[in-house]
Amino acid sequence: MNIFGWINDQILRMQWLADLVSVGVSAVGLDPASRIGGSVHFFVYDVIKIFTLLSVLIFLISLVQSYFPPERTRRILGGRTGIWANTVAALLGTITPFCSCSSIPIFIGFTAARLPLAITFSFLISSPLVDLASVILLASIFNWSIALAYVFVGLVVAVVGGTLIGRAGMEDQVADFVRNAPVHDTDDTMSWAERLHYARDQVAEILHRVWLYVLIGVGIGAAIHNWVPEAIIGTLLGQDKWWSVPVATMIGVPMYADIFGTLPIAEALIGKGVGLGTVLAFMMAVTALSLPSIIMLKRVVKLPLLMLFLTVVTGGILGIGFLFNAITDWFI
Amino acid sequence: MIIKILGSGCQKCVALGNNAQAAAKAMGREAEIVKVTDFAEIAGYGVMSTPGLIIDEKLVSAGKVLSVEEISASF
Repeated sequence: MNIFGWINDQILRMQWLADLVSVGVSAVGLDPASRIGGSVHFFVYDVIKIFTLLSVLIFLISLVQSYFPPERTRRILGGRTGIWANTVAALLGTITPFCSCSSIPIFIGFTAARLPLAITFSFLISSPLVDLASVILLASIFNWSIALAYVFVGLVVAVVGGTLIGRAGMEDQVADFVRNAPVHDTDDTMSWAERLHYARDQVAEILHRVWLYVLIGVGIGAAIHNWVPEAIIGTLLGQDKWWSVPVATMIGVPMYADIFGTLPIAEALIGKGVGLGTVLAFMMAVTALSLPSIIMLKRVVKLPLLMLFLTVVTGGILGIGFLFNAITDWFI
Repeated sequence: MIIKILGSGCQKCVALGNNAQAAAKAMGREAEIVKVTDFAEIAGYGVMSTPGLIIDEKLVSAGKVLSVEEISASF
């Protein structure tokens, strides 16, 4: 076995942990191959794996993020236009400290500073959709080619989506108070001690925010993994069914969950023969759009722009779903 | 003096509010702590990262929890 294969299996996928949990499950008198034993194994293994990876990843990524607070991102993006500016915005969206609660202040801050809507929306689409932690978790659960493909198409949706929204000429479709908001630039230099402190705080804060979603997600994943008959899922979401992608997207859009909570569900669905594109569409729909974020966005943009945003993002997700279902063989 | 804490009620906002309270007390100043949770109002101060600290309508910090000493120094 080569060294990269070993790193992938033992460190990212934590094969040793899967083996250890099997031993533990057997020790309490359950057969890991049975339904109950299998569910317990899935739950224990996934919970430990996801929380361990999350803690390490959030810490490392927060160190990188501490160099890119929203104020600095805004300075980097200021005065740029065109497709490269959208690309830079989408890339910065992947490394900017972010939760859906801060997307509206960032939208207002960018727009008040007269950044074009095209740039702002590229950033806003990529932020929840593609983040470094989720990419490494994807690599852990599936493989690296799927993780990289996810990043690539996520960035494409952000760049194309932002560009389309910019082309629509809807700069007047923003609430007036947004345009008139003051622009402050803060001093964002941090010492190393402050960065480490910040990263530690981020780990605590994000785990505090997502732990329940992760447990629910793993619980649903464990249930799908061992209790839902493959035939039912196959009928509803099977790869040969053209409607599987729209159905998965429609289920995912109103849902509000963190990407970390959706990963175990995705893992279980793939195991049941659901197409890769369908699963990716579900994950993207859950993370990029949710009812709470749509309601918040409604307060800062007018209805036509909101509808355009929803249409562009949903269309992008559907497109990715169909594309990946068509080329699944390249990845699995 | 009126101290405003901008933020949607996250842990950091609570910590910043407590520090501001303690700073006012240590300096022997009369301070009213106001929590601003409405994001339109938060954005009205030009703040993109919470928690934000406003003392007598002046923006003091954004995106970090200042210590009691740092807040005292800005009174």
